[in-house]
Amino acid sequence: MTKEEIENGTADMEIDQRELMNGERSELNAVPDGFNANYLKVYYGKLFPHADIFKWMSYGNDGKHPGCDESYFGRREFSFTLDNDIYLRFQSFNSVSQLENSIKEKCPFKIDIGPVYSVDPAKRHAYAQSGNNVFTPVEKELVFDIDMTDYDDVRYCCSGADVCLKCWTLMTIAIKVIDPALRDDFGFNHILWVYSGRRGVHCWVCDPKARRLTNEQRSSIAEYFRVYKGNENSQKKVSLTSSALHPFLLRSYKVLEEFFEGNLLSNQSLFSTEERYEKILEMIPDESITSELRGKWQDNKKSSISKENINVDRWKHVKKILKSGKQKGQGLGKCVEEIVFSFSYPRLDMEVSKHMNHLLKAPFCIHPKTGRVCVPIDPNHCEEFDPTAVPTLSKLLEEINMGGLGTDDDAEWDRTSLGKSIRFFRSSFLQPLLKSCKEEIENSYNAKLQHSKTSLTW
Amino acid sequence: MEIIRSQRKPVHIDVVPTLPLYRSAPPLEVRLEDFELYAMDRLRVLKGIADGLSRGKKSEEMKNLADHLWKANMRHLDASEVVNKDIISHFVLRLVYCRTEDLRKWFLSMETNLFRYRLLFEKAEVQRALMAEFDLPYRAASNAELESVKEGLKQVAQSFGQPLAADAIFYKVPFEEVPELVAGRRVFIHKGYAYIAMNQVVSLVSTQFRSHLSKALILTNRKWTSTIREQEKDRLTPIVEALCSSYLGPDYSQPREFAEISIKDIDQIAKSSFPLCMRHLFEKLREDHHLKHGGRMQLGLFLKGVGLKLEDALAFWKAEFSQRVGSERFDKEYAYSIRHNYGREGKRTDYTPYSCQKIITSAPGVGDHHGCPYRHFSEENLRAALGKMGISNRAVEDVMDKVRNRHYQLACTLTFEAVHGTSCDAGINHPNQYFSDSQKVLQSKNQSTV
Ligand code: SF4
Ligand SMILES: [Zn+2]
Repeated sequence: MTKEEIENGTADMEIDQRELMNGERSELNAVPDGFNANYLKVYYGKLFPHADIFKWMSYGNDGKHPGCDESYFGRREFSFTLDNDIYLRFQSFNSVSQLENSIKEKCPFKIDIGPVYSVDPAKRHAYAQSGNNVFTPVEKELVFDIDMTDYDDVRYCCSGADVCLKCWTLMTIAIKVIDPALRDDFGFNHILWVYSGRRGVHCWVCDPKARRLTNEQRSSIAEYFRVYKGNENSQKKVSLTSSALHPFLLRSYKVLEEFFEGNLLSNQSLFSTEERYEKILEMIPDESITSELRGKWQDNKKSSISKENINVDRWKHVKKILKSGKQKGQGLGKCVEEIVFSFSYPRLDMEVSKHMNHLLKAPFCIHPKTGRVCVPIDPNHCEEFDPTAVPTLSKLLEEINMGGLGTDDDAEWDRTSLGKSIRFFRSSFLQPLLKSCKEEIENSYNAKLQHSKTSLTW
Repeated sequence: MEIIRSQRKPVHIDVVPTLPLYRSAPPLEVRLEDFELYAMDRLRVLKGIADGLSRGKKSEEMKNLADHLWKANMRHLDASEVVNKDIISHFVLRLVYCRTEDLRKWFLSMETNLFRYRLLFEKAEVQRALMAEFDLPYRAASNAELESVKEGLKQVAQSFGQPLAADAIFYKVPFEEVPELVAGRRVFIHKGYAYIAMNQVVSLVSTQFRSHLSKALILTNRKWTSTIREQEKDRLTPIVEALCSSYLGPDYSQPREFAEISIKDIDQIAKSSFPLCMRHLFEKLREDHHLKHGGRMQLGLFLKGVGLKLEDALAFWKAEFSQRVGSERFDKEYAYSIRHNYGREGKRTDYTPYSCQKIITSAPGVGDHHGCPYRHFSEENLRAALGKMGISNRAVEDVMDKVRNRHYQLACTLTFEAVHGTSCDAGINHPNQYFSDSQKVLQSKNQSTV
């Protein structure tokens, strides 16, 4: 089977092929790499967890409890980016089957999730006619978007859209800094981390309280997390204004320090060349110190220190001189922290978090450029996550093809390498979430009943 | 609030709080004259605050500025009248500023600032009393609670270079209630609760104040559109509308941060930092050596706001006009009005640089080049003009999209962003703001490349 045949084929043909190949494990099972609409059709048909997304976005408002809000899911905006870059906004659905059918039929290259509006977004024009601004976002998960391209000045292994395991450490750090703060500081519990499919991560905070935050409150959280304030042309990307750190930064610093010294220093070879160490020296606002260090490093350029150690050693020099500089007074000591923060602290896309009506790509989409699935990441084991090992569309199709016809049950995903991700999504995120949603609905329903009882006694 | 024509009987308010919360319109009779005068006085205070903020004054400076403005404008000969003036002026301005989203936003933000600065001047007892009046569901954290988070509280205090007093009182509030404190990492936050030091209570109360006022403004707006406007069409409505049609954003009649530009730089500056409306007038003037009255006013006042001194302005206009009408006629017919623009302070509406709103709602006729290009140009001309500014096709499409939806200032904001490659969160409300924001961006770019 040639690539063209597959690309021109339809999902049905795919199945025919499978019948032919059944049991043979021939190399013809191999699906050429890449991404196209036909692969995607199969993916949406057999693997994409429509029902899970529906359950998630319903937050327990599934019609089973008298206290639930049946219009809830139908007021959520979805938007689809189609094959030819056509962008359909304000799609809404009233049931899981509507959602599923529409996705299967339109076969979007990208699905974005927007806010829940006051009214069905598909009918917003009708409401607009009645005047008075009734069409307005009322709920939306608190989201974060961290993208590797924002780190281009602190990674030397790749640039732009590329990522490798070396720079992925930066994403691991981001999760390890943001996730505990969301839980311990802000008290959120229902947090989903997702690989963005290419070079970053997304975070969805789904607690009821998080979904109802105003834009101002969202901004305040995003600001709470913001340390990085630099631009392309200023040397200092991070400025820690006070000598003592806020407890959140203090705790984060422990994470940063561990990864900076144990990983980034040598994996990114931060001090290995003059150009690189100059970048760090620029962050030290004291001529005599920088020239002392410079002198030292230029001298032993030819010495026999192994490449391995050069980064670690030079960092030791920096720390020693800055931390011991008592005669210099305060101020220089925090340079050490500033350097560590600059090279490792998470860089959030602030705008995404600040506005309720920002859309964010749905989990389990396929990234059109890499063909990789946007799978959830377990924050407790995020250092084990390997973006280069995330299942690709073509790999999944191969697995389906190899799996044989099997029974036509809807658990086909379970036999593919997507299975583990979906199981994780359910057990660690969806189930606890729905449980607490049900409780909330129950509680507020009871409270309402209670209320109407007491008001009758008037 | 009842508005009467003249003489008023003294009315006594039973409880006089040190700081009114403006919960409901007072049962006062107000003379029509006071209605307008009080409002103007309060407006000066609010405008002064807005101006201070836009100049980036620090909070300590702002507090003093607000105090100063308040004392200068809100005094009354009759001491017992002071509180009434405060309340009345607030409610009048509510009416003036309830009518559009933009007006509400501005008023809300300035009144909240004013409230906060005034509160900061109050003593601790008053602050505490106000807490009670707001009926906030927060309570002081118990000693046991404090004990468990002591380490964090200490670290936060240290991060401000302050020690933690042993007997410090902290309020425990949901973090959502104090966005400002969260944003600045000025509080310890644990499991969804922020621990607020007593001196931060002010921020808390201000937030509350803001949300009350925000809701109240929406209600006022409803009442205004449904009844008041019509009922009062012969009496209050004209006053309310007049109070508002005078431009009420920051005052650009005095050149600000970038005072003084000289004629030799003007072409270059026009290219880099003029909004499209001014750029167009400027180019037309250079091309035709003439502008009709509307254009002369729009550009002339803008240039004044930008910092072109009177002598330079005269020289600039003369250099162009004399090519067409000769220098004698220029001196006789045109120089006067230019001097005039620079002369007056009093009647500010006439001599203040025009705001976007004013420019957009102007009606340029045949041969006129003033107005706002986003509003008054044909699609074709606008595209060409944007192209000339070097804006990418994609950005042009975004701009045109806003234009089609008649969001002219947003279109201008997008243009600004495309030209400068930075975001302009505040949006464009005034050509002089466009100019000064542009200069800020360019300066910071310059500084960082040096
Ligand atoms: S929006 Fe304002 S600044 Fe921009 S062109 Fe129009 S009038 Fe000028
Ligand atoms: Zn890399």
